[in-house]
Amino acid sequence: MVLRLFDKWQGQSLDGIIAECRELVEDAEFPTVKRWREAGGKVLGHFQVYFPEEIAHAAGMLPLKMRGAPVECMHSDSHFGSYLCSIIKTSLELVLSKQVELDLFVTHPICDAARNLGAVWGRNFDYPCQILYLPQNANSAASATYLRDEYARVQADIEAITGRKITEEALKNSLSVFNENRSLLRQLYEFKRKQPWLISAYETYLLMNVGGLITREEHNEMLKAVMPLIETRSVKRHDKIKVVFEGGFCEQPPLDLIRTISQSCYVVDDDLLIGLRWILEDVSLEGDPLFNLAEAYLEKSSYSPVQHDSRKPKEKMLLQRIADSGAEAAIITAAKMCEPGLEEQVAYTKALDEKGIPYFVSEFEESMTSFDHMEIQLETFTENILFG
Amino acid sequence: MTEDKKVDIVGRGNVEGANLFRDWFAELGEAAKNNQGAAYVFVMGSMAEILKVFDFPLVLPEITSLQTAVRRVADEYLTVAEDYGYSPDICGYVKADIGVHLRERKHPMGNIPKPALTVLTNACNTYVKWAEIWERMYGVPVFVLDVPATRQAGGQFQLGSSDFARDCKYVEAQIRELITLCEKVSGKKFDIDRLRETMAYANDMNSGWKRVLELNKSKPSLFNALTDGTVYLGVSNNFRGTKEGSQFFKNLVEEMEYKAARGIGTQTDEKYRLAFVGVPCYPIFRRFNEMFAEWGGAFVHSTYLHFASGGANMGFEYDVNRPIESLAEGTLISVREAMDNMFHQDRVLIKMVKDYELDGVIYHPIKSCRTVSTGLADGRRAMMAATDTPSLFIESDMMDKRVVSEAQIKNRADAFFEGLASRRLTAQNA
Repeated sequence: MVLRLFDKWQGQSLDGIIAECRELVEDAEFPTVKRWREAGGKVLGHFQVYFPEEIAHAAGMLPLKMRGAPVECMHSDSHFGSYLCSIIKTSLELVLSKQVELDLFVTHPICDAARNLGAVWGRNFDYPCQILYLPQNANSAASATYLRDEYARVQADIEAITGRKITEEALKNSLSVFNENRSLLRQLYEFKRKQPWLISAYETYLLMNVGGLITREEHNEMLKAVMPLIETRSVKRHDKIKVVFEGGFCEQPPLDLIRTISQSCYVVDDDLLIGLRWILEDVSLEGDPLFNLAEAYLEKSSYSPVQHDSRKPKEKMLLQRIADSGAEAAIITAAKMCEPGLEEQVAYTKALDEKGIPYFVSEFEESMTSFDHMEIQLETFTENILFG
Repeated sequence: MTEDKKVDIVGRGNVEGANLFRDWFAELGEAAKNNQGAAYVFVMGSMAEILKVFDFPLVLPEITSLQTAVRRVADEYLTVAEDYGYSPDICGYVKADIGVHLRERKHPMGNIPKPALTVLTNACNTYVKWAEIWERMYGVPVFVLDVPATRQAGGQFQLGSSDFARDCKYVEAQIRELITLCEKVSGKKFDIDRLRETMAYANDMNSGWKRVLELNKSKPSLFNALTDGTVYLGVSNNFRGTKEGSQFFKNLVEEMEYKAARGIGTQTDEKYRLAFVGVPCYPIFRRFNEMFAEWGGAFVHSTYLHFASGGANMGFEYDVNRPIESLAEGTLISVREAMDNMFHQDRVLIKMVKDYELDGVIYHPIKSCRTVSTGLADGRRAMMAATDTPSLFIESDMMDKRVVSEAQIKNRADAFFEGLASRRLTAQNA
């Protein structure tokens, strides 16, 4: 029996479910995590972008996606200097202020700032804080085996914390739960791509986002209930341009920014919380589950500015995403002070220039509160395309 | 020893270092003239031992970039890159280098050859993004040598353990793949005896570097870790795995041992022994040091001399009888050490305070480098809690003079030394 963390959505209309999702996503007290802990559960907090949550799930831990929050940094500010992205500071703020309590923290070498987090957190908390060294050489023949062993190392650490041995059967069960989750998210995105008027980017984002805050079983249940509601939704199709949104792979833009964009455009694909959708196909349940998970990370995966893979040049992947989704334009954003995001913006815009695809460039910060200026700029941008 | 000998030895490292530096640029200029492709590499894990076997000239863009700042022309190159589209908030080294490339690789010290391939480790994530820019500009292969580092503070996998063996196996497999790539790009067959030779030279340099750093525990200190140390560091990186590099470090050890035996310090009045943490303030490189030297502050050590040497401070000596395996072990241990000196710098400094009898620690977080700077404020809290050593936290940049406020740094330095003096007086009167 899986503990129910979020049941307010049940029995609600699609609009009601989305409203409940927004309330949960915006609640910086993380009520679902508190509920889990009150029931005696342990929590593994993992920083963006991707973590193999299946391993934590198989041990009965709640994997919590640490993605910052629009909170004031009362405690964490003195732990950092200037010139840093916001998510680094607000993620630490959440734990220093005890809005979130963890039993294990894992970060990844995704960027120069994030890879410091294991050490920063380790100096401030007694529970284990570490780096999962996801391979930076995705093209070596040795990478999948290395990653499989790295997952086994993390598995042993999780077992030590939970006191629970992870069996192969438990791991395969978790793979199955997460396969279903990814499949449902793919279906959700398929709606966005093919009938974007039925479900906006803002709504899709909320429905997806709660998955990082509750158990995947619950998320699957909710998504399964939502699909027919989307399909039968009565919404008029508007004359909006179709765009791809890029830049939400790590720090998350404010909800109202996504809503502002959704009002002006149909966002038919994006990289928001891409870690939840990193693996693009079902992970095989045959053979060694850890190896399968590792191989899927490398071989059946999406792209982001924080992974180098010579088979996946980011600008080509973006052009592919635009082509696959039938988008007419792109919104290329980056979080302020996000080095990989800002560097990739140049490659993206040059590639879009070459192809003659219109784009809109901007920067964001999770604590932004005013979007009027952006709204006007976006309207001008879309009108130029529609009537230009 | 005669007075003449003394004159020959004292300061020799700086003179030889400057000469070698000019030689390096001359070699690059010659390669550029002959249209010879170079290996673009970085200071933390250059893999020079392998690349020298294939006779690739080595371009170290961190060093060519910082030279634009030292020569006070960085802003020209930064502007070119920003006009091209790069944000003011990204690494200044990257932008200065892009500026050089957009100006047909014309650098203030000479022309830079185009890349034939790029080899980098994961010690800095910006290395990867930087290399991707050349990949797009020139269509050259990018080889990321992935070195798994310390997973958790104090939990380094030790040589001989199964965890270390696992990581090492991964590094070794990648080194073999790198050799295959070098053969393909250069058209030359790999010669393992030449590898043994470059590794033997690197051994001399590693052991020499370790010894030189240890010798600076002397009172007074023998060299300035910020200014002289950066010259030595340049040789350590640009001439890694070469005969010239090997000889330089043999000479440097001789110089430092000579000075230690005779109590010859680097400055006449060493009142306070300091450590520098971070990357130097290259736009005002000499002036920055003067602000501390004027008060009798001597930089006796820095984390920069550890991480920017790629962990050569460990003094790892390769076993040339099993070269590839040993190169993998040495790379893993040394590059990991470089990363530990950035991410777990508090642990390094707590030891440094004791070993080098430090009076203060100067933290220099910078806009350009989040790898080094992100954890400094937090690490400083830990260092101060553990050692009660006074410290100064100055934010500026290694390249961009727009965020370097000389007057503000001077004010902060003056106040810091007034505090140190007062603290010393109180201790004496207690």
